[in-house]
Amino acid sequence: MECSFALTGKDYVIVAADTTAARSIVKMKGDEDKIKTLGPHLLMAYSGEPGDTVQFAEYVERNIRLYQIRNLYPLRPASAASWIRRSLADSLRSRSPYSVNLLLGGYDTAAQTPSLYWIDYLGTIATVPFACHGYGSYFALSLLDRYHNPEGSLEEGLETLKRCIDEVAKRLVVSPGKYKVKVVDKDGIREIEL
Amino acid sequence: MNTFVNQFSTSSALSVIRKAQALVDDDEEFSDAAWGSEAGFGNLAKGVPSFSVPAVHDPTAFLRLHTDDHADPNCRIKIQHGTTTLAFRFQGGVIVAVDSRATAGSYIASGTVKKVIEINPYLLGTMAGGAADCQYWETYLGIQCRLHELRNRERISVAAASKYLSNLVYSYKGMGLSMGTMICGWDKTGPAVFYVDSDGTRLKGDLFSVGSGSTFAYGVLDQGYRWDLTDEEAQELGRRSIYAAGHRDAFSGNTCNLYHVKEDGWRFLGNYDITKMHYEGPGDVPGSAKTGYGYDVRVEGRVSSAAPAVAS
Repeated sequence: MECSFALTGKDYVIVAADTTAARSIVKMKGDEDKIKTLGPHLLMAYSGEPGDTVQFAEYVERNIRLYQIRNLYPLRPASAASWIRRSLADSLRSRSPYSVNLLLGGYDTAAQTPSLYWIDYLGTIATVPFACHGYGSYFALSLLDRYHNPEGSLEEGLETLKRCIDEVAKRLVVSPGKYKVKVVDKDGIREIEL
Repeated sequence: MNTFVNQFSTSSALSVIRKAQALVDDDEEFSDAAWGSEAGFGNLAKGVPSFSVPAVHDPTAFLRLHTDDHADPNCRIKIQHGTTTLAFRFQGGVIVAVDSRATAGSYIASGTVKKVIEINPYLLGTMAGGAADCQYWETYLGIQCRLHELRNRERISVAAASKYLSNLVYSYKGMGLSMGTMICGWDKTGPAVFYVDSDGTRLKGDLFSVGSGSTFAYGVLDQGYRWDLTDEEAQELGRRSIYAAGHRDAFSGNTCNLYHVKEDGWRFLGNYDITKMHYEGPGDVPGSAKTGYGYDVRVEGRVSSAAPAVAS
């Protein structure tokens, strides 16, 4: 089952998503990257209906890129989140809606603040200190309520993420094996091996 | 008012289109003239070419009701589902192996189906799911690949070909297409395998198996797979995996078709009878163990019991 987590800390956002691509009971692939880099300081983890996910993520990726080419500066996270939410909301009211859930993590270089948005396929948006999608959320949300520190260092943030992943691995019947972890902060985006 | 006039006028542009439409509507197919100039409107008369759909309120629901999507044995149209196909990438290229059984419900409709579609000398497509869907759209993909070649004076990459197909089936999402396919081949980047299905999923990978027997094939394939397999070992692994699925899965079987894609294009290696492989092995082919694959054949004479054999 698909799981994605994200959490903010002192001047950074961590975004993590499992790397399995499953169909029925078969794991078709074990190293799929489900976190898109939308800009120099913007990450998006996507999950949901197979097919829709990649199509929607690529649509968003290209439109955000187009904005940057046209205006010479990238869209700030708050505006990007708003545009993405609107795209989903419009799609929901069309003939063939995208069933995609998103976690959008970004660093606003102008305001020097990290921000995290939880967006679901209904076009709900929430600005949150931490977020999850999938069955993992049933275990991880309470854990994050208990352990998350908004002023935590990157090490502490990764430690908390590790707790989430371990808890899901321990309690969820069909838990994913590997996760891809990416961090966005003032220096940009980088991938981290847990 | 304007629209009202248009509706009954005999000389407005709309009415000309209407007449052309009435003309075209008589034939099921586009006439040759439709592609040139039909009253100066070309093929605009009928709009963009499209498929005939059942004349009911909701064609998708209609199709679902009359196909065996939900394992309803009394349905009117049975779609071929059971299959085992596999493809993997290794040091020596790509191996593609498939079974040849077509089932419609519990009935074996054919035992000699070609489930590998030869798109061009460097591209192969496998078929699982709806036979007609796969055959039609992969042939269509072949046409588009050839056009790409003519337009760009360059062979299409496997990535591009598979993306073309995935975008195409994605545009029909929810309308009842059923296909699980692997697009395999060799391009500038070397050997490549892509999994594409009718959900619109497209995955790049080293090793895939699709169909009702895929779990059985994976069991053998995953255990025997290494990147540095020799050509002979790889071919044998493909054959053996299809045998395993043909043996265990009721909806797969009959024979195994084996292909090997290398730098200079694909080569058909042969058709192997699965029953024969069970008892005698694949015959005198490179890489074969020259004994049957069947469990009883393989463990002949070995017993777990520690008790001494009783003399009869």
